[in-house]
Amino acid sequence: MATEVEHAADPHGGIDPNENYLIAGKGIWSWLSTLDHKRIGVMYLISVILAFFLGGMFALLIRLELLTPGRTIMGAATYNRVFTLHGAIMVFLFIIPSIPAAMGNFVLPIMVGAKDVAFPRLNLMSFYIYVIGAIFCLFSIVSGAVDTGWTFYTPYSTTSSSSVVSMTLGVFILGFSSILTGLNFIVTIHKLRAPGLHWRRLPLFVWGMYATSVIQVLATPVLAITLALLAMEKVLGLGIFDASLGGDPVLFQHFFWFYSHPAVYIMIVPGMAIVSELFATFSRRAVFGYFAIAMSSLGLALLGFLVWGHHMFTSGQSEFATMVFSGLTMLVAIPSGVKVFNWTATLYKGSIWLTTPMLYALSFLVLFTIGGLTGLFLGTLSVDIHLHDTYFVVAHFHYVMMGGTVMGFLGGLLYWWPKITGKLYNEPAAKVSWAFIFVGFNAVFIAQFIMGSRGMPRRYYDYVPEFRPYHAFSTYGSWVLAVGFFILAGVLIQSLLKGAKSPPNPWGSAGFEWNTSSPPIFSNFAETPVITRGPYDYHEATEEELFDGFPEDFKKTVS
Amino acid sequence: MNSTDLMKQLPAQWSTFGPGYDWLFYFIYWMSVVLFVGIIGTAIYFVVKYRRQPGVKAEPTGHNLVMELAWTVAPVVLLVLLFHWGFAGYVSLTTPPPDAMDIRVRARKWSWDFEYPNGGHTANEVTIPVNRPVRFVLSAEDVLHSMYIPAFRVKRDAVPGMYSTLWFQATHTGDTRFFCAEYCGAADEPVTQPDGTQRDTGHFSMNGLVHIVPQARWSTFLEGILRAPTHPDGREFTAAEWGEQLYTQQNCNTCHSVNGSPMTGPTWQHIFGHEAALADGTRVMVDENYLRRSILEPNAQVVQGFNPVMPSYQGSLTDRQLDALIAYIRSLR
Repeated sequence: MATEVEHAADPHGGIDPNENYLIAGKGIWSWLSTLDHKRIGVMYLISVILAFFLGGMFALLIRLELLTPGRTIMGAATYNRVFTLHGAIMVFLFIIPSIPAAMGNFVLPIMVGAKDVAFPRLNLMSFYIYVIGAIFCLFSIVSGAVDTGWTFYTPYSTTSSSSVVSMTLGVFILGFSSILTGLNFIVTIHKLRAPGLHWRRLPLFVWGMYATSVIQVLATPVLAITLALLAMEKVLGLGIFDASLGGDPVLFQHFFWFYSHPAVYIMIVPGMAIVSELFATFSRRAVFGYFAIAMSSLGLALLGFLVWGHHMFTSGQSEFATMVFSGLTMLVAIPSGVKVFNWTATLYKGSIWLTTPMLYALSFLVLFTIGGLTGLFLGTLSVDIHLHDTYFVVAHFHYVMMGGTVMGFLGGLLYWWPKITGKLYNEPAAKVSWAFIFVGFNAVFIAQFIMGSRGMPRRYYDYVPEFRPYHAFSTYGSWVLAVGFFILAGVLIQSLLKGAKSPPNPWGSAGFEWNTSSPPIFSNFAETPVITRGPYDYHEATEEELFDGFPEDFKKTVS
Repeated sequence: MNSTDLMKQLPAQWSTFGPGYDWLFYFIYWMSVVLFVGIIGTAIYFVVKYRRQPGVKAEPTGHNLVMELAWTVAPVVLLVLLFHWGFAGYVSLTTPPPDAMDIRVRARKWSWDFEYPNGGHTANEVTIPVNRPVRFVLSAEDVLHSMYIPAFRVKRDAVPGMYSTLWFQATHTGDTRFFCAEYCGAADEPVTQPDGTQRDTGHFSMNGLVHIVPQARWSTFLEGILRAPTHPDGREFTAAEWGEQLYTQQNCNTCHSVNGSPMTGPTWQHIFGHEAALADGTRVMVDENYLRRSILEPNAQVVQGFNPVMPSYQGSLTDRQLDALIAYIRSLR
């Protein structure tokens, strides 16, 4: 691992491939024009973190407004914009790109033993497409904002005077970033695997990225066309969705959810993919039922295309369709359940190390289970009728998207932080931030299940007095949650400025990405690795592989 | 409200759907509790029992095909059951008895109009007889809305350009609330009420009461909505008084003031009997016919300086209600 790359041809424009990627190539232009997947991953990471911060600010404003009935800090028209922007920013600027673009880009090529993704230029282009899409979305915020809800239902969106066209244009553009990332990953996984890395040895993170990429490539174009039709209807008055022109408002919902349901699997499958890695590393054991987990990711990707109508049980769609969608929705619960059981079984007779990443993985287990089980209420036809469009749904999707994906994202961020930055972070402080986040999150959303099933509809600026205690409790929870994130930001900044240098493999993981320096050299490997074992084969890995450069006293506390 | 009340997940059951619905809801709830405690309890137990100890290695992961098949197949059984019960419940939610009484419900931003079998209307509240099947025939005038009655466990979207239906049979007299459950925007500015307070209108304000009355009071109610409302002493409202009540009930006040200030629509003060300049350059006398046309075909003769954004009240107001509104506007001249 320590030998140098031979300087044959130098396609990297003067960059020494043996240098750590962070310093190989200096100056801002070398970053903005980089073809290095690791640098592109870092740029995405910074962008999605900024998007999360912005979306989070809007969330705090929502909860602050809802602290008291009637006007608290803003009027109704402003509130409608704030909740729309919270949703649109979180979905399109944060959660969909987050794990694939920020972490997948960084870790996936290393995990398959490659120097980079299959199409590095396409990768850089997809980042810039993200930036341009984000600029359109941000422009729409300052030019009157959007008040349609992130779902843009017609006819409200075609008749609203808000900046629908520039926001939908922004999302349209962002979609291409997603599609190109997916395409890049599929080709990379098929074509750039190192010798010895056959499919059944692939890390589960890679299986998850593969499944996600399939969804991104197949589903995102449908969103693009749907938004294009919406914009054309608004500008040209075509009458596709407008009943007064002979169109069908419910048709928009079919088109929209045909993408947006698979989109939620773009959100959750990467989170699950990270969780598999965390359970393996921090139990020092292969994930139980490896093949079932790999196949369940693909199963979710495919079944996810068949259930979109479960968002529309009260919409007036045909009763036959309603029945079929409910049945198929029940089926899609199976692959998720299999993963939850398999992760739990992974802990059995493991050697469990409760680091902060592991706490996030366990949080995912708990919170995703709650989110998934509450999905059963919503998939069951008669039960959904009462719960649809109430806070019960809001709580359900926050449990799976935040209690699921965001917990996975944070676990992955801290887990791969030493690999990305070459520094360690303050573990006890990180645990404190986790505690605030876990407690705060549950406080915000558990109250919302109850008020939802008691009849509190969603997207309401004001509410009848009966619901005040639930709203107040939820708002206080949001403040605890915010404190957790601020502490975490402090932990990460402190690590960047003053963190201890990380050994190559601080966690003692058998995963392939840990068999490189932290941070990796520009070309990831001195020479192409030959894979002779699986990524979770702790009993086959050498002591050196697991603890290369590990501090002696730390080594004594682990087996 | 004491603390155990706050934890109760479902509202009171006031319809025949209640018992079946609540049974299934709590079945899923307790099944979820058992599964959650089982899975997470096991995970916590393992995390504690198998925490990292010096000198103790993890055991390599084995295989257990039987267990994997078991926890793949067993959930399927449970899920098929849930689907079946949910579908059966849905069939009854969507199959009204043939003798159900129809009430026509029209939704618009941001109010509801209810039309009864005798042609009478109420706005933003509905009265129904107890122990009789009632069917709402829903539609929307502008954007999507949704009729949601938590105590009855029913909900259905109101869609422009089509009819949708829901039905229920109330089992309990009294008042319960309905809500709009499909986001439909909000007014840019709050409206000033007759008493001077500000009121925000929008998706969240489109709620009102369902009055469930005993059979005996039902026919009295039906007769009453054909006539003007009455004062507490039994005197009927004059036409102008009724018009003034309709001015707020039908949300005209969201866009039209009565004190001279222009809002989204022209003020009603001092307009009757005078000429108005229209957007197309012509002039028109503001008389009974012009006002009637403006209410039923609002975008046909728009006043200069205003946009054609008013929704039509065609079908939402009886002739007598139209007369009352016109009388009220006349009284402001």
